[in-house]
Amino acid sequence: MKTMEEIKAAIEAAVAGAGVEVVPNPSPSGQHSLRIEPGRAVEVARFLRDDDELALDFLSNVTGVDWLDREIEETVTETRTVTKMVDGVEQAVEETVEEAVKRFEPGFLEAVYHLYSVAKKHGPVVLRMRTVNRTDQVELPSLTPIWRSAEFQEREVFDLYGIVFTGHPDLRRLLMWPGFKDHPMRRDYVEPDDFEYEPTAHDQVLERALAHQAAEQAVAEQAVSSASPSSSAGAAGQQGSRQGTEAGA
Amino acid sequence: MAVDEGLKAELGRQGIFVTTLEELYNWGRRSSLWPMQFGLACCAIEMIATTMARYDLARFGGEVFRPSPRQADLMIVSGTVTKKMAPAVVRLYNQMAEPRYVIAMGACAISGGPFKQGYNVLKGIDRYIPVDVCIPGCPPRPEALIHAFMTLQKKIDGQPLTGEGRPSHLDAGARGEFPVPVYGEHDLEPASDPGVWNAPRVKR
Repeated sequence: MKTMEEIKAAIEAAVAGAGVEVVPNPSPSGQHSLRIEPGRAVEVARFLRDDDELALDFLSNVTGVDWLDREIEETVTETRTVTKMVDGVEQAVEETVEEAVKRFEPGFLEAVYHLYSVAKKHGPVVLRMRTVNRTDQVELPSLTPIWRSAEFQEREVFDLYGIVFTGHPDLRRLLMWPGFKDHPMRRDYVEPDDFEYEPTAHDQVLERALAHQAAEQAVAEQAVSSASPSSSAGAAGQQGSRQGTEAGA
Repeated sequence: MAVDEGLKAELGRQGIFVTTLEELYNWGRRSSLWPMQFGLACCAIEMIATTMARYDLARFGGEVFRPSPRQADLMIVSGTVTKKMAPAVVRLYNQMAEPRYVIAMGACAISGGPFKQGYNVLKGIDRYIPVDVCIPGCPPRPEALIHAFMTLQKKIDGQPLTGEGRPSHLDAGARGEFPVPVYGEHDLEPASDPGVWNAPRVKR
């Protein structure tokens, strides 16, 4: 198979303004990927599928990646001209200053496509597309018109990451229900606080269970302090009416 | 009115069979449990194996798997109950005729199992419906399901027909309908049914 650089050149020769960029993978696998511009993605995908040499006729996998907003701290050395009093005379002096600069890098969502060629028996070619940000500009073009196998996988990415695939024939949630508001695979997803019963909790689960217990206790104390002491006594010993019997395996 | 065990055995030796209506009634009920034919995940494969020739649940009177909840009296919750599936499970339970029993099969049905902290897995079906027998295992062996079946039969055998602990079809005051949770914006609402399940206190 062609190297990523050769594929990049082939794409750029075939599709004007494709804006392909090789994303290197520094790990031993060296599975580099191609980042393509969402605007021309459908043309690029069609070229990759229909090109005689590449013939990437099989889309194996579509997934999402969530990249959070980042604040990068850098030390920048800067040379400036400063006027100073030197021996009683005002002079312009060159001075090197080290400054800590904070740079804000907005996060984005990424869709990753793994392509193979059944006809040529090669692959994978990894395509990546990035959204502008993670909040309101999360549209990417759907590649379902090119590879039909993207349909359910793009629906899953839409469901779990919140990437909106324009041009998708049937973009609905796949795993969660229609009224669900969150995107569970996003890194800032907050699970519902149902940590009331964790008999074997450890690490993060233990932290969540303790936090839940503390919150529950605060609510209970508030109820006790606001209500009269006699009314709260009846609720304490209530249990489920039919208890499960456990059969040993 | 219980029959004296010694007298019963003595009469049995003489060829006279003595029993009570309660015993006879429960023997009939426990010997022909009709499970509902539905499976949720990999535990269902073990459940299927249990009914097949090698393990043969039919020996215990439980082979008539019914495709309709109206004709079933045992629900085997076999597998992971996802939050998307939980309302359907509760609705199916509501549609079953009394008396009805539930076996929670495997770690997932009991507590969520290996997927407990997942965003889409219910932490145990006992949060919404009363469970009679829990079987640990991931998945439990067919022998374990048979053990659960026998445990349930023992439980049915021990149920008196009157008074405290009688089966639900003889108890006009028994709870018949269990509220089906609705899909909320972030979770099922309610997250559990306090009439069925209250979080046991864990000391930390």
